[in-house]
Amino acid sequence: MLEIDDLHVTVDGRDILKGITLSIPAGEVHAVMGPNGSGKSTLSYTLAGREGYAITRGRILYQGEDLTQLAPEERATKGIFLALQYPVEIPGVVTLTFLKTALNAQRRARGESELDAMRVLKLVREKAKALKIPEEMLKRPLNAGFSGGEKKRMEILQMALFEPKLAILDETDSGLDIDALKLVADGVNALRAPSRAMLVITHYQRLLDYIVPDRVHVLTNGRIAKSGAADLALELEAHGYENV
Amino acid sequence: MAAVRETTERVADLAGEKYKYGFVTDIEMVRAEKGLNESTVRFISLKKSEPEWMLEWRLEAFQRWKEMTEPKWARVHYPPIDYQNAYYYAAPKSSPGPKSLEDVDPKLLETYQKLGIPLSEQKLLAGVAVDAVFDSVSVATTFKAKLTEAGVIFCPISEAIRDHPELVRKYLGSVVPVTDNFFATLNSAVFSDGTFVYVPKGVRCPMELSTYFRINASETGQFERTLIIADEGSYVSYLEGCTAPKRDENQLHAAVVELVALDRAEIKYSTVQNWYPGDAEGKGGIYNFVTKRGDCRGRGSKISWTQVETGSAITWKYPSCILRGDDTVGEFYSIAITNNFQQADTGTKMIHLGRNTRSRIVSKGISAGKAQNTYRGLVSVHPRAENARNHTQCDSLLIGPHCGAHTVPYIESRNPTAKLEHEATTSKISDDQLFYCLARGIPQEEAVALIVNGFCRDVLQQLPMEFAVEAQKLVGISLEGSVG
Repeated sequence: MLEIDDLHVTVDGRDILKGITLSIPAGEVHAVMGPNGSGKSTLSYTLAGREGYAITRGRILYQGEDLTQLAPEERATKGIFLALQYPVEIPGVVTLTFLKTALNAQRRARGESELDAMRVLKLVREKAKALKIPEEMLKRPLNAGFSGGEKKRMEILQMALFEPKLAILDETDSGLDIDALKLVADGVNALRAPSRAMLVITHYQRLLDYIVPDRVHVLTNGRIAKSGAADLALELEAHGYENV
Repeated sequence: MAAVRETTERVADLAGEKYKYGFVTDIEMVRAEKGLNESTVRFISLKKSEPEWMLEWRLEAFQRWKEMTEPKWARVHYPPIDYQNAYYYAAPKSSPGPKSLEDVDPKLLETYQKLGIPLSEQKLLAGVAVDAVFDSVSVATTFKAKLTEAGVIFCPISEAIRDHPELVRKYLGSVVPVTDNFFATLNSAVFSDGTFVYVPKGVRCPMELSTYFRINASETGQFERTLIIADEGSYVSYLEGCTAPKRDENQLHAAVVELVALDRAEIKYSTVQNWYPGDAEGKGGIYNFVTKRGDCRGRGSKISWTQVETGSAITWKYPSCILRGDDTVGEFYSIAITNNFQQADTGTKMIHLGRNTRSRIVSKGISAGKAQNTYRGLVSVHPRAENARNHTQCDSLLIGPHCGAHTVPYIESRNPTAKLEHEATTSKISDDQLFYCLARGIPQEEAVALIVNGFCRDVLQQLPMEFAVEAQKLVGISLEGSVG
């Protein structure tokens, strides 16, 4: 599904990623763990195509296609989803309106018919229920005044709604208490599917107790220092990133 | 020739010239001679078959106007206007006066159809009556019969001058005096048509009333006059829309709107202003120099202005409320969008004269390209206005590094019991917000439209349902090409 080959990325002239090679087949969940400043968020933004993240070497293949030249919205349309570490507030834009706009923009770009407001509402309600997102929240402006947990749940709701082929979760556990974490993890686990790949980026092992990955990669100083099975995360928890 | 025209059109499309109302209707016109003098004024009055008192009123205004000078205090810049180098009256030859719909020139019906305003009553938005003003004259008014049944008078003002002189004489110029300001005085001398509304005592107007203004002729100014009177305990909601063809020249639009609300009456006045804004280089476009004022004359009355200003090269406009009666309420909700080289200096005046008067101002200014957008407002509390209240909120949104937003609030309080609040913010569409939308598959221009619509939500909610959707789309269209 996703093949990253010798990826080098600079931001504002500084080298952040210095040769990452990583491959995630469909149906698998991989975790990337690393300390602050190791390049975790840069990796997620680069995959989503954010402006300012310049690929200086290497390439990213998604379903066999080179992503490098694609705009963020084209990537989204092709099934790449990024759950942000800090979901953005958009004052005045009602959540449901936002979801409908995004869903229909993606469908339109794929040549599918747009869904009317009633269909979208029905779809969103269904998905929201599983994540215990109250209907009232859908009528509020997107993320404005939402708690940390509500924002993260809203990201997972979007993931459930857009049904991406590749989901990247950037520190989805940060700022969550244990109940919120479980809720989010359940939401993510429900979306695990043979046709879907996931990249879970996290600082702490805690999240991986609930979302058990197929592979764990350790990112330090812009490189993958070590890769292993799920128990690598436990090892890191015990010994810290220093000893990788 | 056709190939050349096609190429030009394609290039215009590529340049982001998305103003879809920019076409010209080819129709035979009757015009006054170019220029402005006493005989122009007489010509207009004669064309309208006006009574003597109206002609005298106009001539007096013209005499006063000659002594006046253009106001220069607004934050707008434009070359001197040559008032002698324009036409002051232009009317389709086929349409000498108001007629029934069957008699309207098919070319005019087609024009309004193209503008999205079908004038045949079956096709109209349910519950909206329309007065269509084309250059200097009203060409059609719909649903007259239904309104007459309710006792509501809704007709071209030229007709009201002939058929309801007692009402016109009583109220015309009673809110905006003949000598109020340069442009209002000019309008008083040469106004050619506009809309008249009278809602009798206790009547809730059974439908939305709407006037659709269209400038078509070149080198011609439009000077319409609107007068709305809501008698005791009545209610009316009125909406105006306006468009003009794309032309390289600047055309003057100097309207006057007067609203009178008697005891416990309520007037809701909404504007969707989409005059041609000029091209991406700042060439052409309408000079929109308009005087709008409402008088809450009776106790407990209410006047609410809602405006969505997206068009015009220059906007100079301050819809105001005189809160004369005790317990009266004035509201002003505004969205002003300027892109490319557009300039807007707009706001409101809330004049608190009566006791327990309340006013609310919500202004949303959006600037993109090289545009300059100014909010200018006055809240004035007079000595008698015990317990006056005002809340003002001015928010500015900047798109790109070359535009400007300016807020100029004036506050005068001469009564110690007044409570006045003013909040102001200036913000930009953040990269984070844009990226978030893009990452969800929303293309850039749609993302900007979405974010700006969110920014304007408080004001858009004030528009009548039928027009809110249209206004939202307009917000998006006006900002096309503003990012990236």
